[in-house]
Amino acid sequence: MSLSVVVLAGGLSAERDVSLRSGRRVAEALRAVAPDFEVIESDLDGRLLQQFADQAPDCVIPLLHGAAGEDGALRDVLDCAGITFVGASGEAARLAFDKPVAKTLVASAGIATPASVALPHSMFRELGAAAVLDVIAEHLGFPLIVKPTKGGSALGASIVHNAEEFPAAMVGAFAYCDVALMERAVIGTEVSISVIDTVDGPIALPSVQINAPGGMYDYNARYTAGTTEFFVPARIDTDLSEAASAVAITAHVSLGLRHWSRTDMIIDADGVCWFLETNVAPGMTETSLFPQSLAASGFSLGEVAADLVRLAVSGR
Amino acid sequence: MTGTRLDPWVDSYAARTQGMTASEIRALFAVASRPEVVSLAGGMPFVQALPMEQIAATVSRLLTERGATALQYGSGQGDVVLREQILQVMADVKVNAHPDDIVVTTGSQMALDLVTRVFCDPGDVVLVEAPSYVGALGVFRAYQADVVHVAMDDQGLNPVALAEAIAAVRSSGRTPKMIYTIPSFHNPAGVTQGPERRTEILTIAQREGILLLEDDPYGLLGFDGQPPRAIRADDDQGVIYLGSFSKTIASGLRVGWAVAPHGVREKLVLAAESAVLCPSNFAQMTVSDYLATQPWREQIKVFRELYRDRRDALLGAMDQLMPAGTTWTVPAGGFYSWITLPQGLDSKAMLPRAIAALVAYVPGTGFFVDGQGRQQLRLSYCYPDTDRIREGVRRLAAVIESELDLAHTFGTTHALADSIGQVNPAPDIA
Repeated sequence: MSLSVVVLAGGLSAERDVSLRSGRRVAEALRAVAPDFEVIESDLDGRLLQQFADQAPDCVIPLLHGAAGEDGALRDVLDCAGITFVGASGEAARLAFDKPVAKTLVASAGIATPASVALPHSMFRELGAAAVLDVIAEHLGFPLIVKPTKGGSALGASIVHNAEEFPAAMVGAFAYCDVALMERAVIGTEVSISVIDTVDGPIALPSVQINAPGGMYDYNARYTAGTTEFFVPARIDTDLSEAASAVAITAHVSLGLRHWSRTDMIIDADGVCWFLETNVAPGMTETSLFPQSLAASGFSLGEVAADLVRLAVSGR
Repeated sequence: MTGTRLDPWVDSYAARTQGMTASEIRALFAVASRPEVVSLAGGMPFVQALPMEQIAATVSRLLTERGATALQYGSGQGDVVLREQILQVMADVKVNAHPDDIVVTTGSQMALDLVTRVFCDPGDVVLVEAPSYVGALGVFRAYQADVVHVAMDDQGLNPVALAEAIAAVRSSGRTPKMIYTIPSFHNPAGVTQGPERRTEILTIAQREGILLLEDDPYGLLGFDGQPPRAIRADDDQGVIYLGSFSKTIASGLRVGWAVAPHGVREKLVLAAESAVLCPSNFAQMTVSDYLATQPWREQIKVFRELYRDRRDALLGAMDQLMPAGTTWTVPAGGFYSWITLPQGLDSKAMLPRAIAALVAYVPGTGFFVDGQGRQQLRLSYCYPDTDRIREGVRRLAAVIESELDLAHTFGTTHALADSIGQVNPAPDIA
């Protein structure tokens, strides 16, 4: 089936560079396996809707990371314009992109997620930051993770070991988002599981275990090849592996996602899988987790992307 | 069981690659290239002001009449006709030399690389201004030199601090090999050494027997009066002078040069041949023909007036809009002003907020190797037009206001700790 496919990458978010690399990789992979596809790479700018009107693409693959790409806004516009796309609907993306909302929804489905509090800057201003931080530290305990409630690539995220580190971590998170999530740090094995939809329903790909230097999988550790050690599949026993896969699929389903997603979790010493977050536009760069899972499962990125395009075009 | 690090050569890299890592700051600069963003970050010359049609005609004639030479290998030292013309260009900053003293390079950045390669063993000390040009710091680090920053004041490199730094380096048993300075319209500090200051610095270098590396890409871009007299004008044996056509003609041509004493020049030519065989003949002949056929001094005047208008727009907007406690340098030429934020604000931490507000700058930490500069940032006025500059300052002022609010809320307005590591911006930012 000959299809015209627009791979949408770039945008104005702090993850523009990552997105451009993801887009280029997916576009090349698609061209390699689907010569009947016309693959066009586009950025998010003022010409895009006119381009869509002129070209009438059969399908769009949004690989924009961060706001606009993952917060559901762009997907709603695509919907309004009657354009078929790969990935979560606007509504589902909006729920998944907001970490506290996603945690609540996934917890309702019976999945453990670390205790957390999400607060806007204004709350600290009104009540006095020192007093609020004291209450939170007392409630959650150290160490804890501070991160923007919206956004990815660990931008603005930091680990807080004591009260002294707390204010600077908050300022760092607020640099990326007006609301910050403070989450109890779970000590354990960091695992990421990708999920793809097939005609038979969602399946979990092999898990990826992340051993980042110093235990912090930050921007540098994510995008500098050679910095982080990965194990695919994760070095966990079969029961745990099945439990972790079930968590990823439950998150995918309970958040109403489709086509692809990637769920990050920590498995503690007692074997509890703690849900952290789910990405609706997983990174596809050379060092990203989703392509590693695909490779370990024997699927190729191009084939999976082509299958998902066909699935989307068929209305599923 | 061993996992994968996604790079089979991870254990094979040279020690000098430490620090060559992905950086979220560098990633943010990817957004700065979008037209929605007012970029006060990049040091890109406004090449749109060049007479493009005349340059096109020059290039066309060059290829038609001398294409076989222009597209062939050339001399490792550079085209002799161009070297003679460079003497005319340097006459404006009072540098007298012989064409044989000149080595043409692929931008003056390559000259920096060659000089460092020829002089610096790992651990040798290079004394640089605080702050200093990010591209030079990258070269010094690549050769594993030990970079020591020396304080500046409103006249540039401070001679008292320089003498003290040299003494401290010697007393620690290390070898000071070079003093690297940008005396005119400094990048990023925006200040200029006066004649007496230049003499003091040269005197210290001569007394201590330390080579002075004078980087002068902006010397002809002063807004008032005559171009400052180069330090090299007063010492042809102790100073290596670096010049560039990147700002006076076009950065994309990548043509610069070094003027060096005889013995040094010989080594620079050999080092250049080992690095690139020869600089681009095509680019050199394009520059040479441009200098021979176009009113290049008039064009520099056009650039000067354009950049002066933009400098005035930046300073005027900052006067009106910047929050109390923000200070800046007033450049008399060149491309940059150096901003100091109110107490406790961190320019590196603030950058994501600025990018979200669609304005970009370079955090001060990029211009140091030791983590200083968190309270500073560089603004460049060379590329956006005056309306965009004013809009950029308006956006930045609002970002600083909100950052002050945040810092006030969390009580982080204390002195900042030094940052870890250095950020190397991409070429269009440097």
